[in-house]
Amino acid sequence: MIWLDTLVQGILLGGLYALFAAGLSLVFGIMRLVNLAHGDLIVLAAYLVLMGVTLLGLSPWVAALVAMPLMFALGWLLQAAVLNRVLGKDILPPLLVTFGLSVALQNGLLEAFSADSRRIPAGTLEGASLDLGQVTVGVMPLMTFASAIAAIVALNGLFYHTALGRAFRATSDDAVTAGLMGIEPKQVFAVATGIAMVVVTLAALYLGMRANFDPSIGPARLIYAFEAVIIGGLGSLWGTLAGGIIIGVAQTAGAAVNPEWQILAGHIAFLTVMLLKPRGLFPRAVD
Amino acid sequence: MLETHGLTANYGQFRALFGVDITVAAGECVAIIGANGAGKSTLMRSIAGVIRNAAAMVVHRGEPIGALSSAEIMKRGIAMVPEGRRLFASLTVEENLLIGGQARKAPGPWSLDAVYQLFPVLRERRKSPGTALSGGQQQMVAIGRALMSNPELLLCDEISLGLAPVVIRDIYAALPKIREGGAAIVVVEQDIGKALAVADRVYCMMEGRVTLVSKAAEVTRRQIHAAYFGEAA
Amino acid sequence: MYRLTTRTRAGTATEIAVLVVILAGLALPAVTTRGVIQDLFFILTMLTLAQIWNLLAGYGGLVSVGQQAFVGLGAYALFAGVILLDWDPVPAILLAGLAALVLAIPTAFFAFRLQGAYFAIGTWVIAEVTRLLVAQRKALGGGTGISLPREATSNIMGTDAIRALFGVREAAARDILAYWLALVLAVAVTGGIYWLLRSRLGLALAAVRDNVDAAQSVGVDVARLKWAVFLIAAAATGLTGALIFLQTARISPDAAFAVTDWTAYVIFIVVIGGIGTIEGPILGVLVFFALRSALADYGSWYLMTLGLIAIVVMLFAPKGLWGLISARSGLHLFPVRRRLAGLKIEGGI
Repeated sequence: MIWLDTLVQGILLGGLYALFAAGLSLVFGIMRLVNLAHGDLIVLAAYLVLMGVTLLGLSPWVAALVAMPLMFALGWLLQAAVLNRVLGKDILPPLLVTFGLSVALQNGLLEAFSADSRRIPAGTLEGASLDLGQVTVGVMPLMTFASAIAAIVALNGLFYHTALGRAFRATSDDAVTAGLMGIEPKQVFAVATGIAMVVVTLAALYLGMRANFDPSIGPARLIYAFEAVIIGGLGSLWGTLAGGIIIGVAQTAGAAVNPEWQILAGHIAFLTVMLLKPRGLFPRAVD
Repeated sequence: MLETHGLTANYGQFRALFGVDITVAAGECVAIIGANGAGKSTLMRSIAGVIRNAAAMVVHRGEPIGALSSAEIMKRGIAMVPEGRRLFASLTVEENLLIGGQARKAPGPWSLDAVYQLFPVLRERRKSPGTALSGGQQQMVAIGRALMSNPELLLCDEISLGLAPVVIRDIYAALPKIREGGAAIVVVEQDIGKALAVADRVYCMMEGRVTLVSKAAEVTRRQIHAAYFGEAA
Repeated sequence: MYRLTTRTRAGTATEIAVLVVILAGLALPAVTTRGVIQDLFFILTMLTLAQIWNLLAGYGGLVSVGQQAFVGLGAYALFAGVILLDWDPVPAILLAGLAALVLAIPTAFFAFRLQGAYFAIGTWVIAEVTRLLVAQRKALGGGTGISLPREATSNIMGTDAIRALFGVREAAARDILAYWLALVLAVAVTGGIYWLLRSRLGLALAAVRDNVDAAQSVGVDVARLKWAVFLIAAAATGLTGALIFLQTARISPDAAFAVTDWTAYVIFIVVIGGIGTIEGPILGVLVFFALRSALADYGSWYLMTLGLIAIVVMLFAPKGLWGLISARSGLHLFPVRRRLAGLKIEGGI
């Protein structure tokens, strides 16, 4: 039953990747913004949570709750002051600006926190596991996966059942006509990026509790997140979860064959999906 | 209630409006007619804030609004039915209607129910994606969407374009009911007969200028012909 | 009579000045120190990468975030040629161009199916895949990397002549050789792009960048043009990568396939200088180098500053520094725009 174990571990790992990707998916879906600093923003949030734990003595969960509004404000500000000015048909300006932000963030974090590996202490949860008969699963991966589902359910609820979500979808469809409805696209985008940063904080919490992190690991997380978003299809959050799971399962399956193939197998899975379906598995609308 | 003063508008290097002056009184219905490219739609888009201008060029209730964004203008009670309907593809019919009223909460006769009463077919299709409807039904959604904010001025840009005559008749039948609700209406039309039938006053435009202003009931065919084609009346 | 020309007085002056600079550049090792040569080597290789990326993104509309694939593979091809095949490093550089070219074919086949942002991410993933595959080659040092063997670096083709000519030690001679090759490559790439943009192909490229559909409708074979640009760019990037790591004589997958070094900084150079011009990358690389020298003592602050400057330039001067200069002065040192000559236009247009 080794392959069943591989499958389960892969699906759970996919939850982590989906959590990395959910905020990216939201932003990418609404404003077609390729945020190359997303991974570094996750790392920044992880340091914020860590500071809450070490400096204020909070539990990681409370620290994350405290960090969320801060990250929301940062996202809102970033979008309103910088990213809104470079949105447009040409993908190069936002790409360049977020690349610049990525490099600036990485090196800023390096100055502030040094290159040492850090970890958010999770107490007894760290090594805990559940025996489910055929397979044994870690409590932390299980919680990650549950959080990913919860985040996606919440985001979908927001997206499809609230006035704000209506404004998101309308602006994404046609920003000019949305303006005629009294909606300021730039404000909508700022709120969307703020919300994405709240999800980023949740992702950062698990990133930091599950493994060591340092200022340089953002881009690698970013690439998994992008793969998950693109596999899933533009604007589909459940698609993003599916994409995360595909990469997670491919990675654990690859690792089961040969540990060196873990990350490679995830990328190969992405390339295969792109070859077969260049617009992803569940594309929402024509673009 | 609304005036434009020497309104000019450019598309890049190309000037589309040359000093247009129009006025719309509260509750009035004004038609703007003219050939293709006369600047009618540009005028609508300038008033609605899609094209921004110098502040003083558009005045609403005595305040300059020419430089405001379309969202700010909409919140002042000027709603637009854009040319080509422009429904939101990822929203259902009902969501398309709801979004029209979510940014401005004003008292007035219009609500989801009132719009469904005006266009009963929309109630049956309320769960469908907006863009799955026929052209005429989409036009009803676009009008209903603009009404949801209970505007005091409704700008209708080419609402009969591309529709079958029987459908146009249904849509135009709604305009008097909208006026009963108290809203002033500006209709941009290529169909002169339709426009004159609903309007109190008519402006005719040619090459970015107003060439004729008249009461709709008094205007003659010769005047319109002259204003349309620039020949001496 | 009138004709279309890209020739301007500034353009002709530039051509003469460039010729003088190249000759001076070749003779420079006679009068300067090894440190200067190393700095110039760095400037020239970054300039080459920037010109190539500018060709791809600024003229070809191909916004790649995966150029490190070709830098890395080219560099590893050099090391493979030297270590596994016992080649002299200089001819092995050509192997690097070939390897990058070969990698570019499946990359283009895959990435050209993707649009916009997907293309950018797709190229990045391919670079990662290449890095991971290369890192598994134990014969080339695996994940930790490898150095060029002493025997190979001690007697590189041409270094004896350089030692005799300038009376320098072997390590310095190797730097001079690498510098000369980098100079030749930078001139060839810049000159090649200049020539390309002034040719009929350049006109087609401009048409594609401005409007793909319109270009197609007037008979430009867009797909073939993109393929050609992408493959040439890959080969030239591979050559540059080989040169860079020939000079350091040590390689590791993380260094050779670094997205920051070989793509992010290169994009910064192009954008700070001015995208879509030949002058832009030249100016950009000088700014990049000046910044690096000025802030070298402040560690990662320098990179942070670089990132922030790139953001500021994109926000406030999206055409880069050269865009500001040429808008003020009307100067075009490398004119690629066609103008009517010999015709007096009366009454304006």
